[in-house]
Amino acid sequence: MTTALDVARIKKDFPILSRTVRGGHPLVYLDSAATSQKPECVLDAERAFYETSNAAVHRGAHQLAEEATQAYEDARAAIAGFVGGAPEDLIFTKNATEGINLVSYAFSNATAESAWGGSPDPRFILRPGDSILVTEMEHHANLVPWQQVCARTGATLRWIPLTEDGRLDLSDLGSLIDSSTKMVSVVHQSNILGTINPVRQIMDAAHAVGALGLVDACQSVPHMPVNVDELGADFITWSGHKMLGPTGIGLLWGRSEVLSGMSPFLSGGSMIESVYMDHSTFAAPPNRFEAGVPMVAQSVGLARAVAYLDELGMDAVHAHETELTAYALNALEQAPGVRIIGPTNSVDRGSAISFVVDGIHPHDVGQILDSEGVAVRVGHHCAWPTCRRFGVPATTRISTYIYNDSSDIDVAIEAISTAQRYFGTSTTSKQGCES
Amino acid sequence: MSVDALYQEIILDHYKHPRGKGLLGESLAESFQVNPTCGDEVTVQVAGDPSDVLIGYEGQGCSISQASASVMSEMLNGTPVATIKEKRDAFIELMHAKGLGEPDEEVLEDGVAFAGVAKYPARVKCALLPWMALQDAAIKAGFITEEKS
Repeated sequence: MTTALDVARIKKDFPILSRTVRGGHPLVYLDSAATSQKPECVLDAERAFYETSNAAVHRGAHQLAEEATQAYEDARAAIAGFVGGAPEDLIFTKNATEGINLVSYAFSNATAESAWGGSPDPRFILRPGDSILVTEMEHHANLVPWQQVCARTGATLRWIPLTEDGRLDLSDLGSLIDSSTKMVSVVHQSNILGTINPVRQIMDAAHAVGALGLVDACQSVPHMPVNVDELGADFITWSGHKMLGPTGIGLLWGRSEVLSGMSPFLSGGSMIESVYMDHSTFAAPPNRFEAGVPMVAQSVGLARAVAYLDELGMDAVHAHETELTAYALNALEQAPGVRIIGPTNSVDRGSAISFVVDGIHPHDVGQILDSEGVAVRVGHHCAWPTCRRFGVPATTRISTYIYNDSSDIDVAIEAISTAQRYFGTSTTSKQGCES
Repeated sequence: MSVDALYQEIILDHYKHPRGKGLLGESLAESFQVNPTCGDEVTVQVAGDPSDVLIGYEGQGCSISQASASVMSEMLNGTPVATIKEKRDAFIELMHAKGLGEPDEEVLEDGVAFAGVAKYPARVKCALLPWMALQDAAIKAGFITEEKS
């Protein structure tokens, strides 16, 4: 139904979307914020690599090793280019969680090294009294690592609170970011609320006090045009599997001037310059942060995914999603007994929509939707503090992508009313059956 | 619907009309268990003595976890430890039977309604949550000495 993308044609590119589930229901996949499905061209690219060029990269004197290395570095350049970055500033990780840990351990490691007389980049040394800032809508992946850093260094964790409608409350930003702030790590687009945050403003505030800044872009890079220079961050991390690529590959982009001062995270093969029995020196970024044999086939698959998205055009992808999100928000708002958790308009809002259904636990909502062929996520979405903030133990979440259209939303809405009939909750009553 | 095997009427009835719900005034021990994947919570308390174990509970969560707590409470409140162990073992076995279990209604009473839950791996944890809490509370109270079932 949207005008920006030819969804009927796109659907044909995804083999899994033609299967049926739960006794013959056509699959309605509304869980792309958890992971996206993969087009055939991505599967073909990965398979072709294994069939023609498979070898360990950056080692070996044979032709296959050369071709594999070329494929891996070509993939790096293509993926970096997709976000307007330089290849040497893009690190392959196993997922976005590893990317954030890589940065958080740069702080822990520098702090430990400085205690033993080392001279790491002072921007990464933390002391009691220093602070790290996140938001109350972070995925656990951008919260727990910083809690851990604070526990190891004595630094204090602060967070930007939320407004009732699921936006960041920036009214107190001036005191949350002060001379004690060493790191600001914020989500670009919330995986639970759908909110798109003004990260440029927050990054600029961080830089004004000399702090570093990271943007968790897992839910934004797949869905809208993202340019690393425009975000103004020192680090941007995201994952491959949410943008049509394979699992097992994530990305961390860093400003080269910052990366060059960072201690390694995982150490071992591939990341060294020279090794002696008593010490080692390390390779320049990005190799310094890629210990061991990396995910070559996955990088090839992800590069193909990026090309596929480029062929559609990220402006068109974003326009499609904004239009579909507005449709879904409106349909959910019309549905009796349904309450949206997060912004209810499509301004600065992505396609992940969380909601609760009066009187029916999200796990049961998800089960009934599943029985109708509709795949959604239920639970706290790895954002438990955000659920607590809104006083709900869990939510049901629908999230769309390029292969969804309004008919998918219609099936989901109908399945919600099926759940309400099944559990005997009146469609107009606010009275739940939980006693 | 295909979920009818999961949502037996007995389960929905216990969910909507939980039996024996509420915490005890005083207890010997309690256990708070949470299912971190979906946020279901249950607290089970025990009191009394090994020949007459009193059970109280409180919780919030999906129909399966809350109905399971209600069924468990109705079946086991005021029974001796030997009965608790027997029924616990039977319920756990049923939950691990992948939907192929043939529960003995004499033993499991309303618990037989959960046979279909075992076909849904993601829901088995929900059904077992209150039973794990009871097990833990009973160990803390010294009613059960074994470490695990």
